[in-house]
Amino acid sequence: MSVLPAASTTQPVHSQRGTLAVLGALAFVSLLVFAAAGLAGSVPVPLADLPQAFISLVAGEPSDMSATLLDLRLGRASAAFVTGAALALAGVMMQALVRNPLADPYVLGVSAGAAVGALAALLFGAALWMVDLGALAGAVGISLLLYLLARRDLGGGRGAVRTGESGVLLLTGVVLASACMALVTLMLSVAPESRLRGMVFWMIGDLAGSSWRLLPWLVLAAAVLLALCRARSLNVMALHADAAAALGVDVPAQRRFLFLCSGLLTACAVTSGGSIGFVGLVVPHACRYAFGPDHRILLPAATLVGGSFLVLADTLARTVLAPQQLPVGVLTSLIGVPVFLFQLHQLHLRRR
Amino acid sequence: MTLPMTPPMISTQDLTLRVDGRLLVERLDWRVHAGESWCVIGPNGAGKSTLLRTVAGLRAPDGGSVALAGRPVGDWALPALARERAYLAQSRGDAFAYRVIETVLMARHPYHADRYWEGSDDHAAAEAALRTLDVAHLAERDVRTLSGGERQRVAIAALLAQDTPLLLLDEPANALDLAHQVAVTELMARLCREGRAVVSVGHDLNLAWSGATHALLLNGDGSWHAGTTRDVMRPELLSACLGHPIAAIAHGARTVFLPDAPAAVTNLAPVRNSQ
Repeated sequence: MSVLPAASTTQPVHSQRGTLAVLGALAFVSLLVFAAAGLAGSVPVPLADLPQAFISLVAGEPSDMSATLLDLRLGRASAAFVTGAALALAGVMMQALVRNPLADPYVLGVSAGAAVGALAALLFGAALWMVDLGALAGAVGISLLLYLLARRDLGGGRGAVRTGESGVLLLTGVVLASACMALVTLMLSVAPESRLRGMVFWMIGDLAGSSWRLLPWLVLAAAVLLALCRARSLNVMALHADAAAALGVDVPAQRRFLFLCSGLLTACAVTSGGSIGFVGLVVPHACRYAFGPDHRILLPAATLVGGSFLVLADTLARTVLAPQQLPVGVLTSLIGVPVFLFQLHQLHLRRR
Repeated sequence: MTLPMTPPMISTQDLTLRVDGRLLVERLDWRVHAGESWCVIGPNGAGKSTLLRTVAGLRAPDGGSVALAGRPVGDWALPALARERAYLAQSRGDAFAYRVIETVLMARHPYHADRYWEGSDDHAAAEAALRTLDVAHLAERDVRTLSGGERQRVAIAALLAQDTPLLLLDEPANALDLAHQVAVTELMARLCREGRAVVSVGHDLNLAWSGATHALLLNGDGSWHAGTTRDVMRPELLSACLGHPIAAIAHGARTVFLPDAPAAVTNLAPVRNSQ
């Protein structure tokens, strides 16, 4: 009767086990990277001291030199990991949202908005927490403005159009980003000499002085869980918006989720690290290249790889020219650009 | 010929379609029953794709109503609707490097409310669909590297894997070579004999005549004709609809539709005779 053979069994197939193996390996690599970040520095912590120092750290009273160093370094590594993971995850989401593998979390202007807020705070010589608050306010403000302007494209209100793919969102975001960058340039040009250095460092992306913070981890965990629940729908949506609607995916709802979630993650990341470039573009791209475009593996893999990558880059940033520290954004771009160009080249070779 | 007890797969009432204020279809009353294969014929921009998208529930009607299996299309829950009708879009822009088998497995999405990973039954359905469309050997290929015709067959395979009683196809013969055009037409006829309903948009009158049981002519000015192919695919109606004289020629047991070749062509002087 049917063209399809009757279902014989419904056992899950190999992809599930393969995914778990890959994620397990990536999680292990993340742990190794954390250990390396704890050991390396201008004053190295001997490997033999690591267990002792770690125990006293967990106990809550870093007693000796090693434990104190470990506390500082792991705190910074934790900030780096959560920032990198948030950027990579936001990158995957943004690429699915605009259906373009070359989009990054900053393409819709979230980081530019954050830069306006943070630089304004720096310009007026505000305290450090005010700078973070300014960045957050800028990122959230620009996201809200974008949502208002492009809400038809995001399918706001259960309208007639169930697909929504007109490019209004992307264009509006790009234009708002350039408006913000104009404001940034304005502030840089009127800023007094003494504050310019701090402002430029914020723009490059810098993790110096960052430490343990719980909130970004909570946001990241919530985003990963919510995204994993929707991973199958995201696959269908990334394929084709019309096809996704025909396959029973509520496209406007998914697009709003992607927009809000990636915006929140990006806001978190730029608040703690400034606008660190290329993690959100290169990591999702490399993961797609290595593990395929299936979001059920891509989302968690990009999260782990993005976190590990930024911890590694930050460790290098504070060790290569020690005792001097480089802004981590310089290193991510230095590593990111050649990797990206290589992949782009590969892609063109394969598509030919 | 229809079963009076079951509601029609598609029924439209006073359906009006406009694009940019231009009237395309006016007050369409149309019934499609299980086992029927409809071909939608009309000139470019006559609203064929718009009609298909409206029936698929991807677009709201500009007037009147559409019901699938007796229920207004807007009342269906999206996953249930996706188990009722499949829709082949006219074109696909592939942004990501999905493998062919993955794109077909995705068509099983509406059946997946309770599981995260595809099961072996989904793989069996996807592979069967690929074999039916003669593209099983492409299963591991990146969809972006396929030729236009191969991509089209993969998309039709995905439609089969979706396993719905109603299939809506926007120009399924697009980019296909002659052999596969005929094969896909035969496949659609077979699906109808199995009790499904098929609506396809097409420009090839001969394929429509051989594959379809019914035809819907959209003239592009709001007027339309619906009925069996025998009633509707008459030279005078087709000529008026498509804006070009068309002759139906009996060739043995078959009927062949030919656009009236401008008789003048043979008498015309060559365009470049001056040199």
